[in-house]
Amino acid sequence: MSRESQNPVDLDDLYRDVILDHYRSPRNRGLLAEATVSAEGFNPSCGDEIQLSVAILDGAVSGLGFGGAGCSISQSSASMMTEALEGRSLQDAREMSTHVQQMLTDDSFDLDAVNLGDLEALSGVAKFPVRIKCGLLAWKVLDQALANASGEQVEDDSDIPTRVTSG
Amino acid sequence: MVTAVDMTPLDSAAIRAQFPILEREVHGNPLVYLDNAATTQKPQAVIDSLTSYYSTMNANIHRGLHTLAEEATAAYEGVRQQVAEFIGAASHREVVFTRNTTESLNLLAYTLGARLQPGDEIVLSAAEHHSNLVPWQLVAQRTGAVLRFIELNDDQQIDVETARRAITPNARIVSIVHISNVLGSITPVAEISQMARHVGATMIVDAAQSAPHIAVDVDELGVDFMAFSSHKMLGPTGVGVLWGRRELLADLDPFLGGGEMISVVTREESSWAALPHKFEAGTPNIADVIAFGAAIQFLNAVGMDAVAAHDADLTAYAVERMSRLEGLDIYGPADPSERSAVVAFNYRDIHSHDIATILDRSGIAVRAGHHCAQPLMRTLGVPATARASFYLYNERSEVDALIDGLLEAGERFGFDRGA
Repeated sequence: MSRESQNPVDLDDLYRDVILDHYRSPRNRGLLAEATVSAEGFNPSCGDEIQLSVAILDGAVSGLGFGGAGCSISQSSASMMTEALEGRSLQDAREMSTHVQQMLTDDSFDLDAVNLGDLEALSGVAKFPVRIKCGLLAWKVLDQALANASGEQVEDDSDIPTRVTSG
Repeated sequence: MVTAVDMTPLDSAAIRAQFPILEREVHGNPLVYLDNAATTQKPQAVIDSLTSYYSTMNANIHRGLHTLAEEATAAYEGVRQQVAEFIGAASHREVVFTRNTTESLNLLAYTLGARLQPGDEIVLSAAEHHSNLVPWQLVAQRTGAVLRFIELNDDQQIDVETARRAITPNARIVSIVHISNVLGSITPVAEISQMARHVGATMIVDAAQSAPHIAVDVDELGVDFMAFSSHKMLGPTGVGVLWGRRELLADLDPFLGGGEMISVVTREESSWAALPHKFEAGTPNIADVIAFGAAIQFLNAVGMDAVAAHDADLTAYAVERMSRLEGLDIYGPADPSERSAVVAFNYRDIHSHDIATILDRSGIAVRAGHHCAQPLMRTLGVPATARASFYLYNERSEVDALIDGLLEAGERFGFDRGA
């Protein structure tokens, strides 16, 4: 029996209102002049791209801005990310990134164990395997930026290449 | 071998009945397969041919002295003859089997490219698939040759005038797509071949999207080499064709070395087998080549003129219906009669991946993305497009389903269905 016949997948699982709202009215669109670190990434298989700038002050994310082009999932994921991370400590931000990436890739991820707010709207993406990379893109770029800010190297993910552009 | 049943030109019900996959459902809806430019579905005759080969004939070819080897060799070489006839080649010796169009083009880039000098020009077009671009980039890096591009005209076509501007006396190779896998536009290959000949350049045509859809004749096109793939014309994956003029193929060095492609081998050196075996090192894809023969037989039974007429009718209908949707942009020639069975489009501000995901839920398969033509996307000024592409088993009702699916996608993204 296919996975789908056990768990029928509906388009409504993917295109939640929150996602469409962020696609239509992106938050924090535009790069920051006062960025501490900037990074970018793209999905070679589909062409989605995200640029991200992060301002860091006293060990916390003081501001984020993003640019890029792509599908509703890639762009709304970035928009929601910028909103969710503002004011968080670097450690919190990295933990949130880990949780969101687990949620995006694992259909059975336990949402009750975390508090991801609006980002939980992205949980349906895990049911659409070909779209998972769309949801991940912004978070891979974030990982790259935050690692650089902490003086670390990020392992190269050849499926979703990212790089620091300034910082 | 199962033969295609006798059918009147494009009795679509009779044709559809021979493609078992068209009976399946996707997400509870009948499959509407509109991704034929990527690969086509296979008729029962092709599927049966594969089974029949492995059930009754399987053997390695050419060297065997037993009955199975003899039968398999005859079947394999018989398809070479079929291919030669299908494209109007002078001899079956001019037909080389490869893995796909990409490998055929790489073979040419590798062997022809070895002769290039710094400053020699390789002429391509703005509409090339990566398979007819990247191999030449590698050659240019290796040799110092220069890539030049035929730009698109205002109607997003490669025309004779734009070609004339790019083909200079320094051109050594001209390698051009016959039908664009994005724009659907049909390149005036015969005229460009004349220009190439005039400056002494070798003329190559990428026929991956044309050989399946229109009658192609290598003499009429006046080309030196032609590349295409079985899987885009009802045949199995894993079989490509490289056709080349006999004297030119004979003059080229081998691409891959190994068994099958040699005559005499000593410890120090080897001499090459006769054409076309010089270019077929190692055990080839015997089963899939033989099944490709069943695909050609199927297309011949329908008739390529009937296929082309059906494609044209369906494409015109699709363009007409799609044009009426508010916010729908179609790329490629404005006049549907100047395009093949490919319609690339964007709808509203909905990204093509979202379009493809939403259509898929209704059982409709389209392609979305850059279609292995990133430079062309940049020329068109779009990050990606959706693409519907048709073939002989598609029907108008499937275009109607596409339109309904697009309206549904619009609705989901907040547009009024009636708009």
